[in-house]
Amino acid sequence: MSSTVIDTHAHGPSKGVWAWILRWITTTNHKDIGTLYLCFSLLMLFVGGSMAMLIRAELFEPGLQFVKPEFYNQMITGHGLIMVFGMMMPAFAGFANWMIPLMIGAPDMALPRLNNWSFWLLPFGTGLLLLSFFMPGGGPAAGWTMYPPLVLQTGDAFPFMVFAVHILGVSSILASINVIVTILNLRAPGMTLLKMPLFVWTWLITAYLLLLAMPVLAGAVTMLLTDQFFGTSFFNAGGGGDPRMFQHIFWFFGHPEVYILILPAFGIISEIIPTFARKPLFGYSAMVYATASIAFLSMVVWAHHMFTVGLPLSGEMFFMFSTMLIAIPTGVKIFNWTATMWRGSMTFETPMLFAIAFLFLFTLGGFSGLMLAIAPADFQYQDTYFVVAHFHYVLVPGAVFAALGGAYYWLPKWTGHMYDETLGKWHFWLSTIFVNVTFFPQHFLGLAGMPRRIPDYATQFTDFNMVSSIGAFGFGLSQLIFLYLVIKCIRGGEKATDKVWEQPIGLEWTVPSPAPYHTFETSPEIQ
Amino acid sequence: MRQAGACRPPTLRFNSLIMKKIGVFAVVAIALGVACASPAWSALQFNMPYGATTESHEIYRLHMLIFYICVAIGIIVYGAMIYAIVKFRKSAGAKPAQFSHNTRMEVIWTVIPALILVAMAVPSAKTLVNLADTRNSKITIKVTGSQWQWHYDYLDEGVSFYSRLDRKSLIASQPGSGIDPASIKNYLLNVNEPVVVPVNTKVRLLVTGADVIHSWWVPDLGIKKDAIPGYVNEAWFTATKEGTYRGQCAELCGVGHAYMPIVVRVTSMQDYQNWLAKMRARSALSAAQRANGG
Repeated sequence: MSSTVIDTHAHGPSKGVWAWILRWITTTNHKDIGTLYLCFSLLMLFVGGSMAMLIRAELFEPGLQFVKPEFYNQMITGHGLIMVFGMMMPAFAGFANWMIPLMIGAPDMALPRLNNWSFWLLPFGTGLLLLSFFMPGGGPAAGWTMYPPLVLQTGDAFPFMVFAVHILGVSSILASINVIVTILNLRAPGMTLLKMPLFVWTWLITAYLLLLAMPVLAGAVTMLLTDQFFGTSFFNAGGGGDPRMFQHIFWFFGHPEVYILILPAFGIISEIIPTFARKPLFGYSAMVYATASIAFLSMVVWAHHMFTVGLPLSGEMFFMFSTMLIAIPTGVKIFNWTATMWRGSMTFETPMLFAIAFLFLFTLGGFSGLMLAIAPADFQYQDTYFVVAHFHYVLVPGAVFAALGGAYYWLPKWTGHMYDETLGKWHFWLSTIFVNVTFFPQHFLGLAGMPRRIPDYATQFTDFNMVSSIGAFGFGLSQLIFLYLVIKCIRGGEKATDKVWEQPIGLEWTVPSPAPYHTFETSPEIQ
Repeated sequence: MRQAGACRPPTLRFNSLIMKKIGVFAVVAIALGVACASPAWSALQFNMPYGATTESHEIYRLHMLIFYICVAIGIIVYGAMIYAIVKFRKSAGAKPAQFSHNTRMEVIWTVIPALILVAMAVPSAKTLVNLADTRNSKITIKVTGSQWQWHYDYLDEGVSFYSRLDRKSLIASQPGSGIDPASIKNYLLNVNEPVVVPVNTKVRLLVTGADVIHSWWVPDLGIKKDAIPGYVNEAWFTATKEGTYRGQCAELCGVGHAYMPIVVRVTSMQDYQNWLAKMRARSALSAAQRANGG
């Protein structure tokens, strides 16, 4: 294993704005690329978030006040696509880039130039998607799920949306190849697979899921493209195809995608809780096996998104039972985190607060997930605000909170400064209160009969929609605290020690804070 | 601040923390209380409707069963988490244990959830099988969704018609209409021509789509079925209570997705027959008019 790293600092012009820009464009350093991913993700959080604010403003009361239905549909589509592909996936890719080499004692990612490319595809893919909103006929408006035949009614934006999805897919595939190669080849001597930090494990499994899922999505959208422009009939019953086949292919990607968004979150939570409970992670190997079983199960449950499309009875049975099974490994994880806190000695810094909120609220999303798995009950839940509440609970106080907790946890290592703890606590409490004010009433709305993806609604849904909108504005504004806190932390603050926290476990805490540009040029020894 | 806190005895600090938390909860509780006091509160619907068909009753009971199981698990899991957070805090003087395994516990919390799942799976499977049985229906209605209206065809009765959003809702829903939606009765949930079915009669629906995918959903009937262009899905219901039941399209189908409601009127058999006769007479009249005009 080579530990030589070529230092490119001295090359080329080193002064001026152009040099600064060029440095970020041409960088192959995992820390630089991690930073790029994280900043991009934060930017997209606000882009996708603004769309959510528009949606909630329109839904504040019945009637159309701000937008027309066609624009509303573009907003829900854009919000979904941007938040999934532009915000959440890049956020975890950023964590992977920064932390995996530091955690396994590697000098960098295994394929640095590929790494550069996989990041720089991202702004172009997302940019293309966002530009398509200004094209004749408006942006894609068929929902992020892009179901045909509706999606084929999109205007000029249609091929651009497909191409954007292709670019984003290529970016993800390249990034996951890099993660797999790095983890399998660049671990420090003595770090066997079952000694890896859980964050590394969850990312290894996530990367395989990405390799499996993204090409399937690419295939699905390519078939849409040929149906639209080249006279094929994959999804056109008139030509012998079936619109439902798109849903099968889409969700064969889409369900593993859900776990692509949550497994790295599990990894981050598994790093944070032991540090602040001052106690080793409970049931490490069970956690690894649970992650692997969740990943496996995620590939055989896709049609639970399609209980109302008219599946054969045997199909509904199979997908109902397989979906229910996911509760077992997910439960194991929740119990293991609780057992990690049990008889620990806990303190409640901001990363731990976010981890605990994750534990409570992700579990809540898990309960509604279990309810949704029950096919006959799902006939009532399907495509209502109950589903919206469910997946926002697992994605916002689930995945997003884990990413925020991770950001607080490692910010001192990244910047060399402690973040402002008071501001962090404000950010936490406001986010946690408002996220519940936003999404909890949506359970009621869905059960009472409000379908999702509608810009206007019957008057009996008014009160809960108002509450939900107020919560959403509060949540949106609270995230500005985070933006300010990050900028403040980068610019200065109390100097962080190498270990940052009292007794953190892991190689990343053995390097100085901020982590130098090059680390582990000589492999560390693992006992 | 931190210095001052450290000087105080640990128990006192713990208490002050608890007091602070209680304060926060009190504020939240008062806010909720104020919200509850609003007169609109009593009109709010929190849960799934019990519905008006045997199927919707069955689904409702299943939903509540799963919900109560989740609540029970929730009490245990959240209870353990809260206990850990309160009890094992450094500020309360907790010393960390160093255990990281407990095979017996791990087996227990893998096996027990599996057993609970089996207990949930049995009634769910039963209901699912029951809902799939479309045999012995008395009336068959073909339902076709299109952008943005529903078409109903009573296959054996020679009655068919389009059903779309009523004019009052349509006018009020235009941007800048200046009409308060609250002033419209059943805003966005009313149609020009409701579906009429007799009570205590098994009705079979053949659901399909004409252009894009729609979904026919009436919560009180316990039915949601996608209307897929080129394919026909089956569903059935037996309404046990007369009344008017309202629903909406449940699959995003373009700009008019929010504007294609469903209204089902469940009447006595006699009223249903009268309605059929009226509809037949109307269509005969319009056919005659067409013939004269042509």
